[in-house]
Amino acid sequence: MSPSALELAGAVRSGERSAREVVEGSLRAIAGGDHAIHAFLEVLADRALADADRVDAAVAAGSDPGALAGVPVALKDNLCTRGVPTTCSSRILAGWRPPYDATVVERLRAAGAVIVGKTNMDEFAMGSSTENSCSGPSRNPHDHGRVPGGSSGGSAAAVAAGFVPLSLGSDTGGSIRQPAAFCGVVGMKPTYGLVSRYGLVAFASSLDQVGPLGATVADVAATFEVIAGHDARDSTSLRAPAPDILASVGEGVVGKRIGLVTELVDGVDHEVAARVREAAEAMTAAGASVEEVSIPQFRYGLAAYYLIAPAEASSNLARFDGVRYGLRVEAPDVAAMNVATRTAGFGAEVKRRIMLGTYALSAGYYDAYYARAQRVRTLVSDGFAYAYAKFDALLGATTPTTAFALGEHTEDPLSMYLSDTCTVPASLAGHPAISVPFGTDRAGLPVGIQAMAPALGEATLFALAGALERAAPGAAGGDR
Amino acid sequence: MSETSAPAGWELVVGLEVHCELATRTKLFCGCPNAFGAEPNTNVCPVCLGLPGSLPVLNRRAVELAMRIGAALHAEIAPSVFHRKYYFYPDMPKDFQISQYDAPINRGGRLELPDGLVVGIERAHLVEDTGKTTHVGGTGRIGGADYALVDYNRAGVPLVEIVSAPDIRSAAQARAYAGELRAILVATGSSDGRMEEGSMRVDANVSVRRPGAPFGTRCEIKNLNSMRSLGRAIEFEAARQAEVLEGGGTVTQQTRHWDEDRGVTLPMRSKEEADDYRYFPEPDLVPLAPDGRWQAEVAASIEPLPAERRAALHRLVGGEPTPAQADQVRSVVASDLDTLVVAACERGAPAPLALVRAANEVAADLTRAPDLDPDAFAKLLMLEGSGELSASQSKAVLAELLVGGGDPAEVARRLGFEPMDRGALDEVIAQVIAEHPEDWARFVAGEDKLKGPLIGAVRRATDNQADPAAVARHLDGLRAARA
Amino acid sequence: MTAGGAGRASRPPAIGPEQVRHVARLARLELGDEELSRFTSQLASVLDYAAELAELDVEELEPMSHPLPLRNVLREDEPSPQVERDEVLAEAPAAESGRFRVPRILSEER
Ligand SMILES: [Mg+2]
Ligand SMILES: [Zn+2]
Repeated sequence: MSPSALELAGAVRSGERSAREVVEGSLRAIAGGDHAIHAFLEVLADRALADADRVDAAVAAGSDPGALAGVPVALKDNLCTRGVPTTCSSRILAGWRPPYDATVVERLRAAGAVIVGKTNMDEFAMGSSTENSCSGPSRNPHDHGRVPGGSSGGSAAAVAAGFVPLSLGSDTGGSIRQPAAFCGVVGMKPTYGLVSRYGLVAFASSLDQVGPLGATVADVAATFEVIAGHDARDSTSLRAPAPDILASVGEGVVGKRIGLVTELVDGVDHEVAARVREAAEAMTAAGASVEEVSIPQFRYGLAAYYLIAPAEASSNLARFDGVRYGLRVEAPDVAAMNVATRTAGFGAEVKRRIMLGTYALSAGYYDAYYARAQRVRTLVSDGFAYAYAKFDALLGATTPTTAFALGEHTEDPLSMYLSDTCTVPASLAGHPAISVPFGTDRAGLPVGIQAMAPALGEATLFALAGALERAAPGAAGGDR
Repeated sequence: MSETSAPAGWELVVGLEVHCELATRTKLFCGCPNAFGAEPNTNVCPVCLGLPGSLPVLNRRAVELAMRIGAALHAEIAPSVFHRKYYFYPDMPKDFQISQYDAPINRGGRLELPDGLVVGIERAHLVEDTGKTTHVGGTGRIGGADYALVDYNRAGVPLVEIVSAPDIRSAAQARAYAGELRAILVATGSSDGRMEEGSMRVDANVSVRRPGAPFGTRCEIKNLNSMRSLGRAIEFEAARQAEVLEGGGTVTQQTRHWDEDRGVTLPMRSKEEADDYRYFPEPDLVPLAPDGRWQAEVAASIEPLPAERRAALHRLVGGEPTPAQADQVRSVVASDLDTLVVAACERGAPAPLALVRAANEVAADLTRAPDLDPDAFAKLLMLEGSGELSASQSKAVLAELLVGGGDPAEVARRLGFEPMDRGALDEVIAQVIAEHPEDWARFVAGEDKLKGPLIGAVRRATDNQADPAAVARHLDGLRAARA
Repeated sequence: MTAGGAGRASRPPAIGPEQVRHVARLARLELGDEELSRFTSQLASVLDYAAELAELDVEELEPMSHPLPLRNVLREDEPSPQVERDEVLAEAPAAESGRFRVPRILSEER
């Protein structure tokens, strides 16, 4: 097994390994294997090596190179990187080089992480399979005929394939957790407002959060610590004190009250459900008290989500008009140019969601669709509040199935949307949630367990995630 | 100003939407300078260019200035929410505008015009400005140009949009409203109110109706950029609508624009979806709810408003002001000369004279007015008031004082004005009374119209040296002594 | 969970090709005939799924437009750095004399 991000950072910080050597290893792995996976849209070899040399120079000079010194990191391509193409896997942004870095990119670099490339995704983060990418789908490293999930599929696949120990994704309705589950890696969505959205190309602003993916819970916790924290450039950024998250990973769950959400067990594929029940038993064995809880409001989360997110998206994506950046399809007048550019620049799923959202906001339909969905969002949050009055954290499946085949849902958008049904509730409420690998199905495909905690409950969340990781089949010298 | 701008038999109904740029250092949602006249696209950043990934953060000063406007308009300062308003046009970088919709920061309120008319205020909300498009080639105008160029320096500049109730009944009132609002914006430090630089722009909602009938269908005339076009556009539009209605037609609700050169309003092409703004709460901003303490701080920071300052001058004059004096008071306050007038009166100058000279001669030379010494001004007014200088002599001395300062008596001597001796004037007047006993008797009995001929006789007897105002005061005084 | 009752809204009408055409126009998209029929059936199936929300009695609940209870997030009126015009204009499809160049504008309609 390849070393974890924290092990690599430790080796670089102590001078045992050079950052250049670590980064070269990552670049070699990508060069050797990504043709089969297509996790990356762009590999930044020269830049990465230059950054690695800077880390090595800091180590040589005796200054602190940061918590993630020399760790190769991949970024979802909806995170702005100054001077480096940021395309959201869309033709409409082909080649766009932002004049600024996202806050999370600044923070990663300040912590010594080395950005090795930008990863493939569903166009503008709309999708659950990474098939909606203008540069073609990514593939699941566990089975190249299957999808890696989405929309952060490239970021999940890059970790699962061993190209990088860490990556960043974005999660609007499950876009970090679902691909993490499909690819057998850890993926975490923070409490809304804990990680700055400045420089994250918006899909649905009231739901979007940037979060880490990694091979281990501790790596994900350490990355979360680096990227979290108040940012004055994001009005929805919280001034919450950063808790000591990394320490909580090993804390265990003794005495913790954990609810097993029946809606996230009963409605899913039976093999996935079996792993979830095993995980719940393992948490009992680890000292937690686990009880079933029904949150019937979850049933309505997906429908609310598929009105709210497209509505916000239809507005966020209005700016892609061919005037200031990205694609322009020329036409005799500006209005015709706008239409020609958008028609040629957006893929089918993006158009569907823009139209769905436009419809939900348009005169005469606002109350029936958008306003109603916002009230249902309150209903779902109330469901959580009810459960959290009794429990410290909740458990359930991350996804209804394991990774599905390429093309399996592309003709039927609704069947694709159903893939988000387990992840959407925490997104609507703005709560933190994490997917931790826990065994496989009969075909050997990874199963993800989702842990959820109340807003700002990251310490509890990581304690539970750490316990799940230690209890997972194959953990600590098991059969993996 | 014409008070009868409505066509005969019709009543004009006008509501105004005034957009004013706030006098902040930076834009509404980013730290780019809010400055007029910079090189194109130099005051821009990812936020005001609407670049993907950028986020707005609200400017505290803009909120405070909006609250000042609300306080000055007696509005309720309320918890508010920003909305996105769909706005697809090259000058709007995000293709939506961040504005306030059903929860504006200032709700209700009123504005009292100098003539006493009270115009209701419906709301005064925060909104961001657009960029600027220039049409190039061809006719150089919209529709006929070859292409257009866009500068986003102005995009994101903070505006407050002040929406009046449809309480205005003439073009003259509309201009008076805009003028008074402008004075308030300047007095509160919220805006420089410069229409010529686009700091203040007016949309007029105009309709006509038969007196007493319900409101007619209105048309909105966009972007009136001077007081002159505001008045002309309203008058044209009222006449147009009346003509349509008199011809048996109906007025279509539409947005029109004012063609200054041709002096007409023209419809802007309207598409069926034009009004579907798809407002929804801006998810990148959080609600605004100024607490009582903050509101009180803002209210306390406001300087006296024009209406209060006018009232103070009226008190100085005492009694019911003549229409001419009301005009002078308005002009003095509008020109910020009220402190000068008050200072002169405190030093013994007669208030009516101080008003006249400030409203006319001083206001005509506003660049030099700030240097005018209130002591010298007061002294001059006392010389004129006592009749030692005639009105025309006093004006000539005042002109010199504005240019070079000095002592008014000395300046008068230098200009060769021999102050008329008071005793000499008394003699001349006594002589004139003796020569015109009948006129004098009727004047004493209350026939004011005979004052003019008496003054004329005194002036003739002094080779036009005597100041008519001073003579009038003497005559009044003599009559009062006789009564 | 309450379903029905006073707050129940009637199920919104199904979406048809004319509405899809209209919505596409609002969104500045152009649809071919084949696309129009495909999008119509796909949007109809999603909206039909969403229509189950009409069954819920939620009128008493506050609409949640935001997961956070934040209020009054403000910045001071202090200048912050701008971006270089050349760096921005280099990304523009067309630029001229320091400005973004666009095809002619036919109307002031916004
Ligand atoms: Mg208007
Ligand atoms: Zn800016």
